[in-house]
Amino acid sequence: MEGLTLSDAEQKYYSDLFSYCDIESTKKVAANGRVLELFRAAQLPNDVVLQIMELCGATRLGYFGRSQFYIALKLVAVAQSGFPLRVESINTVKDLPLPRFIASKNEQESRHAASYSSDSENQGSYSGVIPPPPGRGQVKKGSVSHDAVQPRTSADQQEPASPVVSPQQSPPASPHTWRKHSRHPSGGNSERPLAGPGPFWSPFGEAQSGSSAGDAVWSGHSPPPPQENWVSFADTPPTSTLLPMHPASVQDQTTVRTVASATTANEIRRQSSSYDDPWKITDEQRQYYVNQFKTIQPDLNGFIPGSAAKEFFTKSKLPILELSHIWELSDFDKDGALTLDEFCAAFHLVVARKNGYDLPEKLPESLMPKLIDLEDSADVGDQTGEVGYSGSPAEAPPSKSPSMPSLNQTWPEMNQSSEDTAIVHPVPIRMTPSKIHMQEMELKRTGNDHTNPTSPLLVKPSDLSEENKINSSVKFASGNTVDGYSSSDSFTSDPEQIGNNVTRQRSHSGTSPDNPAPPPPPPRPQPSHSRSSSLDMNRTFAVTTGQQQAGVVAHPPAVPPRPQPSQAPGPVVHRPVDADSLITHTSTSPQQIPEQPNFADFSQFEVFAASNVNEEQEDEAEKHPEVLPVEKASDPASSLRVAKTDSKSEEKTAASAPANVSKGTTPLAPPPKPVRRRLKSEDELRPEVDEHTQKTGVLAGVLTSQPPLPRSVGKDKKAIQASIRRNKEANTVLARLNSELQQQLKDVLEERISLEVQLEQLRPFSHL
Amino acid sequence: MVHTSLDVVDEKISAMGKALVDQRELYLGLLYPTEDYKVYGYVTNSKVKFVMVVDSSNPALRDNEIRSMFRKLHNSYTDVMCNPFYNPGDRIQSRAFDSMVTSMMIQVC
Repeated sequence: MEGLTLSDAEQKYYSDLFSYCDIESTKKVAANGRVLELFRAAQLPNDVVLQIMELCGATRLGYFGRSQFYIALKLVAVAQSGFPLRVESINTVKDLPLPRFIASKNEQESRHAASYSSDSENQGSYSGVIPPPPGRGQVKKGSVSHDAVQPRTSADQQEPASPVVSPQQSPPASPHTWRKHSRHPSGGNSERPLAGPGPFWSPFGEAQSGSSAGDAVWSGHSPPPPQENWVSFADTPPTSTLLPMHPASVQDQTTVRTVASATTANEIRRQSSSYDDPWKITDEQRQYYVNQFKTIQPDLNGFIPGSAAKEFFTKSKLPILELSHIWELSDFDKDGALTLDEFCAAFHLVVARKNGYDLPEKLPESLMPKLIDLEDSADVGDQTGEVGYSGSPAEAPPSKSPSMPSLNQTWPEMNQSSEDTAIVHPVPIRMTPSKIHMQEMELKRTGNDHTNPTSPLLVKPSDLSEENKINSSVKFASGNTVDGYSSSDSFTSDPEQIGNNVTRQRSHSGTSPDNPAPPPPPPRPQPSHSRSSSLDMNRTFAVTTGQQQAGVVAHPPAVPPRPQPSQAPGPVVHRPVDADSLITHTSTSPQQIPEQPNFADFSQFEVFAASNVNEEQEDEAEKHPEVLPVEKASDPASSLRVAKTDSKSEEKTAASAPANVSKGTTPLAPPPKPVRRRLKSEDELRPEVDEHTQKTGVLAGVLTSQPPLPRSVGKDKKAIQASIRRNKEANTVLARLNSELQQQLKDVLEERISLEVQLEQLRPFSHL
Repeated sequence: MVHTSLDVVDEKISAMGKALVDQRELYLGLLYPTEDYKVYGYVTNSKVKFVMVVDSSNPALRDNEIRSMFRKLHNSYTDVMCNPFYNPGDRIQSRAFDSMVTSMMIQVC
């Protein structure tokens, strides 16, 4: 073809792609799966791809030489830009963007590389690997393609039949059917469908190896239908029928079909999705996993204990070593139990392994437990990562990066919420980066956001910033309880709820900062912890109406003067003492300050909110003790956290005690801002309570009159505790990352030193 | 040599009734004339003992470094323990654990 002028970036990009496709290092890429996949990933219509092939001369030569390959890539870019495909367009189109390929497929290709290596033309394999987006079927396709030796036509014909059949097979039977299919219809193609349903437990690789012979003959045919197959993941049959002759495409279709139709065939789903964009979980698969999760743990927000998970995964007949590795990868928070996300990730990995895919060294991004609100962003992140079409999809970026981005993503959200109001509804959302918890939080939050009037719960996260690794179960429990509380508190007036939501949001923001980047702990939920009682207060206020409001308002002011005299001993004390809570709250806040900078602000808050928070404080204090016992100090860090929690709870109790006392006296001593924030929540909770200034007397009256609401307080506490736990977990995760980074830093420094020494040694010689 | 170290660790454990988690340095004096190595001991709350033997060729690792190494070791070990598929007492085959240990050793050397 005519000379091709490429820019530097293009040159590099193309050479990378060529290397990628040139798996046999023959410097000429036959129509192997990689190339096909690549072209498919370009998301161009089939005929366009065919045209490109012809233009670049591959059809003529029968393979892709380097120049042909480059030309083809250039043409792909041209086509993607919307320009007509012409030979001269190669050099005439200026500033052409690099051809875009769906990266995922590359990874898949790399995965299949081993099995496909023998297939010079594995177009079929590519089909399997192809671009993820619709993705799931891809995996299957890949394997199928191997088998598709038959001519495309035959494959096509078979596909329709086989895919349909395979998906419908029950998982256990699928392996057999899979095999059979491959045998029957012209061999390769049929296998594809089988691959789809792929017996979950049958080694996927076997099928692939068998089919590898099949693909062969690309012979310059147009690349398999581009992503159409992928896209039609859900529409299996239609796509298959449309598939052109390419075995690969056929396979894709079949896989797609199988995937789509495999309602019961979990394997299929798993297969297809496991390598889709390397490790993305399709919806079907996810649904399957969720169902399986339910069989073990009816509560989707609950944990599966290690022993149960062990039994379950042992059924997969994978070697213990591999199961152990899978567990390591999927137990994100290292708590010995699997949340729904962790379970899905583990299941996904098992499926992938069953299908012959190697386990990654690090948990792929798509399998990372999603933090709340990060689902989309995380997915996006995953996809972007995959775009790099650089093999080893399995190797997700260092665990830190996945988590960081997610955290960061969540963080912004949290921040927003924090802005809302001082009193954030203690949504049981995990503020800490820990994805798992985030997810839980998300679940909880979505469910509880508006039902949980207890804003103080939000406070927890900040408080327990160090509790990174709190058992997820524990957190979960607390989260659950929080949720429960919130719902029970739903009776509170709307304002309260609003306030709660606000506080929750705040707390979220507070927790989130910990993770991604230690953003200064925003109004740590802690204040809200103390405020938790405020929620109760709010309720009580609402119940008691106006006068209480005044009283409540007055409390906060009253609190400051108290030095934390009465450090109520255990959390139990909190409940009964509303007034005290204010005081103790204030007193605790100072103590808490060292723990967290926010405390400083909160202390003041607490003072103000003491009245409102009294109950909350009590709850918090109570919650802390609850949390503490639950938490398992698996390591020193966790014990540390526990200790912190304890201290916190104690402080709270102490604060609450004095708070009551001071109710009558404290004017608005506490900094107006912090108070205001608290009050804001309170105000929101209780619209009536606007002036926190007034009412010392009323406040006192209110405090005393308000019947402690153990329920709300407890809920708040639990929510706070849950958030604290989550934060702690996030903290531990971060701490680990930190230690790893430090180690790396040390290494680098040592190297540097050694190099310098060498340099010094050489210096004298240089003068000689 | 390692067995001797274990004996010493046991001795220390029984001696001290508390603070088992302290990283105890085992006999910096455990330097035999021919084998210049140091043995460090570390015991966890669950009486799991870590013994680290290092050559004294390095400008002797600082105590802090040893402590941090033990901390990391402990962390990794707990992670391994969390795995339900791991039977206590088995040889640890966790890749993450191994990589952590390897990196530590490389760093030291």
